[in-house]
Amino acid sequence: MRVVIAEDLALLRDGLVRLLSANGFTVVEAVDNGPMLLRALVRHRPDVSVVDVRLPPGFADEGLRAALEARSRVPGLPVLILSQYVEQLYARELLSDRSGGVGYLLKDRVGDVDTFVDAVRRVAGGGTAMDPEVVTQLLARRSRDEPLAALTPREHEVLTLMAEGMSNLAIAARFQVTDKAVGKHTNNIFAKLGLPPSDDHNRRVMAVLTYLQATPVAPRSPM
Amino acid sequence: MGIRPAPGGRAGKAAIGVAAYAVNGMAGLALNAVTGLAALALLGLVLASVALVPVAGLGRAPLGRGLVLVRRLAVFQRRWAGRVLGLDSATDSDPGYSRESGRRRRAGPELALRDPGTRRELTWLAVHGVTGPAPVVAVWAMLSALDYVFFGLRPMDPSRLTTFALSMSIVAIAVVTLMAVSLFRTGQARLARLLLDPDPAPDARIRELAASRAAVVDASAAELRRVERDLHDGAQAKLIAIRMNLGLARGCRDPGEMLQMIDEARQVAGQALTDLRDLVRGIHPPVLADRGLAGAIEAAALLCPMPVEVDIDLPGRLQPPVESAVYFAAAEALTNVTKHSGASRAWVRLRHAAGVLRLTVGDDGCGGVQRAGGTGVRGIENRLSAFDGSLTVSSPPGGPTELTMEVTCALSSPKISHS
Repeated sequence: MRVVIAEDLALLRDGLVRLLSANGFTVVEAVDNGPMLLRALVRHRPDVSVVDVRLPPGFADEGLRAALEARSRVPGLPVLILSQYVEQLYARELLSDRSGGVGYLLKDRVGDVDTFVDAVRRVAGGGTAMDPEVVTQLLARRSRDEPLAALTPREHEVLTLMAEGMSNLAIAARFQVTDKAVGKHTNNIFAKLGLPPSDDHNRRVMAVLTYLQATPVAPRSPM
Repeated sequence: MGIRPAPGGRAGKAAIGVAAYAVNGMAGLALNAVTGLAALALLGLVLASVALVPVAGLGRAPLGRGLVLVRRLAVFQRRWAGRVLGLDSATDSDPGYSRESGRRRRAGPELALRDPGTRRELTWLAVHGVTGPAPVVAVWAMLSALDYVFFGLRPMDPSRLTTFALSMSIVAIAVVTLMAVSLFRTGQARLARLLLDPDPAPDARIRELAASRAAVVDASAAELRRVERDLHDGAQAKLIAIRMNLGLARGCRDPGEMLQMIDEARQVAGQALTDLRDLVRGIHPPVLADRGLAGAIEAAALLCPMPVEVDIDLPGRLQPPVESAVYFAAAEALTNVTKHSGASRAWVRLRHAAGVLRLTVGDDGCGGVQRAGGTGVRGIENRLSAFDGSLTVSSPPGGPTELTMEVTCALSSPKISHS
């Protein structure tokens, strides 16, 4: 699998190259700034790219901007954004074209190699990898929501993992239950949230994230 | 002179007091007469030098020398006036002749003449040339009158009535002279301070600035302490634990135990990262650095559980410190809305017009926000006070609540977007 890496800190860049190479990826280019990233993405059209949000020259969100720009030129180009912190604003921007193949993870997650490599593969396959932190924030924000409050604790857990982008199979493995049991939970969740049922995993993840990101329903004013 | 010390203890003391008073006053007047004459001489020198400057720069050297003397005389007069008016010498310093003023002075007499301090001194010089010697002339005239009544008048009919009338007029002239001496002295002191003191700042404003400065210093000191403590108890302690674990793992014979040590180290490293992230967010939110005020406020609004209508129109970027203060004020206000208001919706409006940044954060919640009540509102006020900002709270019981924050600040040219 061909991958482009963008990270300005040499220590981390080399680490990422080593980590991904060791896990069967071919690093076609490793860059350290925004303009070079955009050029590399458009030229190589890699199977996936791992991009630091903050890059030179401005040390702001050049990485994210270059990735979004590349995706607007090459629709669906898989991009996994790494960051020292998570912002809902950025998650929203990444997901806004609803075409999948995006990931947004805290840099810390690189420390858990298997999960990280799994996330990179998922994004390369057109799936989604949202950081648990993003999902936690989304759920915390919607804590007053009635449809969400109607979920059982297990359904809540399944929703969380689904929002992170995990497939039914992966969720089933996590809870050590059958694939079918998870399918039952997801159907319940979709029914309770009023989302149209779909068999396509990625479309379901998008639906869940879109639901969570939408402006929350205003609670009835206390009268 | 006209007054003879009356015998007797108390009366004697009073007389000595009056005499000292008179002598003091007279000394002051004499001093002013001398400085007044000096002022006249200096004024002449300065004017002549100025007139001579166009003639091949002939007057430049004497003008420079003259201005130095003028400043010395002015400083002397100011100090004298300060003593007369009983100003506290500890707090009543010489007016700060700014570095700029010194530079102008050295740059040449033409520039020096443009310095406001020098201009004040020259105005005073002209006035003092007249008012310095004038009281001496007036007092001299009064004393001459006294002398005339006392020794010069030879009444034709030294009846009891005329003697009484003469005595009374002597006393009257003496009292008036005595009072005039002191009045002239304080008058001169006041005039000198009026002309020489830099424009006084209103007391209220000074108090306000001192208070806000103290609050800012306190707040930043507390903030630094918090950062230090957080680092000490958080990331630093965890790095120590990681090193310890790795050291232990290195010496382990049992591979299972070694793996456990390494796993533990990895886990603690993750916690250290979380600590650092939270800390950084509190110091300067990364999204503020990335996206500026508009993006950062929008990001903060996204974390609110109720819909927040964000309406920001900012054609440029603010100075980073102002940006940070306004961001934290907005975030604090939104946190208050989330925590206390029970609102179903909120709104944030940000505008910059006529050099004033106006931030409004409102909600349709229960209202009744008190300025003095929550630490939140006070926190916002403290943050803004550093930039001379103001906070208006409108929150009738039952709502809606609206906080309006205003900061006078400049807007830099629009950020060049990097595409």
